[in-house]
Amino acid sequence: MVQKKSLAAPYLVWMAAFIIAPLIIVVYFALTDSAGNFTLDNLMTIGRYSTVFARSLILAAVATAICLVLAFPVGYFLSRLRTSKQHIMQMLVMLPMWMNFLLRTYAWMSLLEKNGIINRILGLVGLGPFEMINTSGAVVLGMVYNYLPYMILPLYTAMTKIDQSVVEAAQDLGAGMGKILTRVLIPLSVPGIATGITMVFVPAVSTFIISRMLGGGSNLLIGDLIELQFLGNSYNYNLGSAMSLVLMVIVLLCMSFTSSFDEEDMEGVV
Amino acid sequence: MKQKHWRALQQAYMVLIFSFLYVPIAVMAVFSFNESKSRSVFTGFTLNWYKSLFTNSMILDALALSVAIALISALISTVVGTMAAVGISSMGRKSRLLINNLSYLPIVNPEIITGVSLMLLFVAYRGFAAWANAHMGADLVPQNIFGLPTLLIAHISFSVPYVIFNVSPKLRQLDVRMYEAALDLGCNPTQAFFKVVMPELMPAILSAFLICITYSIDDFIISYFTCGNLQTLPIAIYSMTRKKVSPEINALSTIIFLVILAIILFTNHMDSRKYRRDQQRG
Amino acid sequence: MRAMAGGNVPLRRPTAKGDLSKMDNNVIVSLQNIVVDFDGQNILNGLSLDLHDKEFVTFLGPSGCGKTTTLRVIGGFVEPKSGSVFFDGKDITGLPPYKRQVNTVFQKYALFPHLNVFENVAFGLRLKKEDERVIRSKVLEMLEVVGLKGFERRNIATLSGGQQQRVAIARGLVNQPRVLLLDEPLGALDLKLRKEMQLELKRLQREMDITFLYVTHDQEEALTMSDTVVVMKDGLIQQIGSPEDIYNEPQNAFVADFIGESNILDGLMLRDFRVEFAGNEFTCVDKGFARNQPVQVVVRPEDIKVVPAIQGQLTGMVNEVIFKGVHFEMHVEQGGHEWIIHSTQASQPGEVIGMCIGPDEIHIMARTEE
Repeated sequence: MVQKKSLAAPYLVWMAAFIIAPLIIVVYFALTDSAGNFTLDNLMTIGRYSTVFARSLILAAVATAICLVLAFPVGYFLSRLRTSKQHIMQMLVMLPMWMNFLLRTYAWMSLLEKNGIINRILGLVGLGPFEMINTSGAVVLGMVYNYLPYMILPLYTAMTKIDQSVVEAAQDLGAGMGKILTRVLIPLSVPGIATGITMVFVPAVSTFIISRMLGGGSNLLIGDLIELQFLGNSYNYNLGSAMSLVLMVIVLLCMSFTSSFDEEDMEGVV
Repeated sequence: MKQKHWRALQQAYMVLIFSFLYVPIAVMAVFSFNESKSRSVFTGFTLNWYKSLFTNSMILDALALSVAIALISALISTVVGTMAAVGISSMGRKSRLLINNLSYLPIVNPEIITGVSLMLLFVAYRGFAAWANAHMGADLVPQNIFGLPTLLIAHISFSVPYVIFNVSPKLRQLDVRMYEAALDLGCNPTQAFFKVVMPELMPAILSAFLICITYSIDDFIISYFTCGNLQTLPIAIYSMTRKKVSPEINALSTIIFLVILAIILFTNHMDSRKYRRDQQRG
Repeated sequence: MRAMAGGNVPLRRPTAKGDLSKMDNNVIVSLQNIVVDFDGQNILNGLSLDLHDKEFVTFLGPSGCGKTTTLRVIGGFVEPKSGSVFFDGKDITGLPPYKRQVNTVFQKYALFPHLNVFENVAFGLRLKKEDERVIRSKVLEMLEVVGLKGFERRNIATLSGGQQQRVAIARGLVNQPRVLLLDEPLGALDLKLRKEMQLELKRLQREMDITFLYVTHDQEEALTMSDTVVVMKDGLIQQIGSPEDIYNEPQNAFVADFIGESNILDGLMLRDFRVEFAGNEFTCVDKGFARNQPVQVVVRPEDIKVVPAIQGQLTGMVNEVIFKGVHFEMHVEQGGHEWIIHSTQASQPGEVIGMCIGPDEIHIMARTEE
């Protein structure tokens, strides 16, 4: 149609300068020392923090799994509602997403504190007080709370495409609840599952706010480490860049894994 | 399982999930009216925290900055992004695929990496500027760019891809014959684009603009690394939560919730009105 | 009416139509040796054609024959690989569509959804920056001409297919082009509406007194509306002529088969005015072939007279009788060939009938390599 390739030029220049170049700089810093000489020391040093990396991966994976389990029924039930109701419910799911995520995490701080509401209520029946905040459990809870809508929506979208008659056909052929789940619903919602996993795992593995606010200083995640190298006390750009590089690789692996399940014809996904 | 019981179970589950999502927000709201600063004991009802919020200059300045940055960056992003979408659509398949893949980077990259990489870029630039100025013996190259320029650059960088991915599908759906009809009736290509193609793209461009504003106002992580000494609203909120002192945060949270609720209800109302009007036309 | 045909089709002087004044019409569009390739395929290969002013010319052919491409070359939307396009004697080959005195009515109307009926029709006039009052009067007049009086403020989405079509036509005509191009404009309409619009378009063309270049694959449509029909296949012109010529004197088997129904058989031209086919000898009105030259014979189904078996030149057995409303269509087995006969009287399946074909009804064509 309109043959004006040159219109994309400003964007291409911008992209090269502010998206690609910065990433190249990160790689550069990751592979050099403070004097500018090539070194692999930074990457080696990361080995010292393997517990942190392991913790991030495990917590993020646990949170993703919990989100998946919780969100799956929600996505299914939502997709079976009448269309007018679906719209409203979709809005209700998205509303918390649009609330500032710092405030949402902060909300849990007040709930989970030693003198917080939950402990008070439990105290009324003689339980507790439990040490809830500043634990890895709190971090996982924070992740699940923040990212649950990001799992619900793709699942819901994928399931709206599953016609009810398919489920009924399975029932007609003798499938009980369990079989319907494993043989019909899960296979047909795989694209939604893939998207949901990506949209939860990636932010979860790279967050530093949730771990800081709900995990205290003892549950550091990769994000915390990186932040410390750049704006915090540790101040080591090279190490921070190396960590960022490793994080990017982790994310890339996750995405190429899930995109192999994604059937949708998105023009230009890895 | 009986149909009745199944229904009840369904509803119970949904109620549980939605409570999980909303209870923390509700608790925040309740305690925004709390007399004391306690976050767990409700002593009395007051609107003081709301009042003090409106005189909190840190919050107000931060809000002004966030809004300004959102508007400016959204505007620039929408223009650049729309131009890019048009340009990309005229390209060959291989170029298009490459550019689309690269454009996905800011969207799929963890925000911390985008933030850190931009910060490194700006630091490197600052170093270069210092060296250049020292070399020339005068302060010709702007050096201290951390602040408004860096924030704007950062926000535009993560917004433009959303514009491209919003406008491109609409562009693909466009009937080529309409553009040809405009040429046929006497428009040169530029006129045809502005008189016929743009009006069709407008809904996508507008929604892209709104998306940019939303993401910009809400952004914390990327702004955190590129703001220098300035404070956007999320950054101000962050420093408030670090101090953990005042229920002003609760008040702010409640206000934000109500604003978002209002916007959602409003757009929903507009959408259903448009839907009903379209149905009537038949 | 003089026309030049491209490709290897023998030139035939078509019979003149009633209106002799048309023979003096200027050539308004001339295509010379147009070659168009698309996606590695050759669509037009050296097409040459002269089109006369103020005529209703229809490009007729099956899908993929190149008729739409030819139209788009004239409109300026397709640039030929080689060859020239002349408009009123001037070479316009490289000229973009917005500089040609030609307007197009697109197959799916291509109306502008963000503008109402009035603004759609006024679009071209506004570009020329005509005076507001002039625009208004021209648009309203044109809307009345196409039968859409009162529709000015209507939203495009609320119009029916036929109404949208008429807006598209008005939008093109209001600019007073010398030539209006119509690309299968009636394809999406139902049968009754299509027939009404065919007559409308014919009337419009006469009223506006300009050239209409029309593209269709529907041969009945072509025969109904046109002054001249250009039959195309595989990028080549098969025949050009008036509807009667094309129908009565097809120049090759393709044309004979594409236009109307026909019975086509192999035959032998014994000598002038005498031909042999279907195992029998017939008197005919053609001459000029070599003795015993193999030819192809075309007989229209409605030209075969059904008579008692003993009276027929040929005898055959009726296989099938189908009621078509206007006539009966009968499939008759004769000498290994299935004939199609149209008659207002039905025979019975299984009946043996006689067939008579008058000399005027036998049409001879040189045998073409298929």
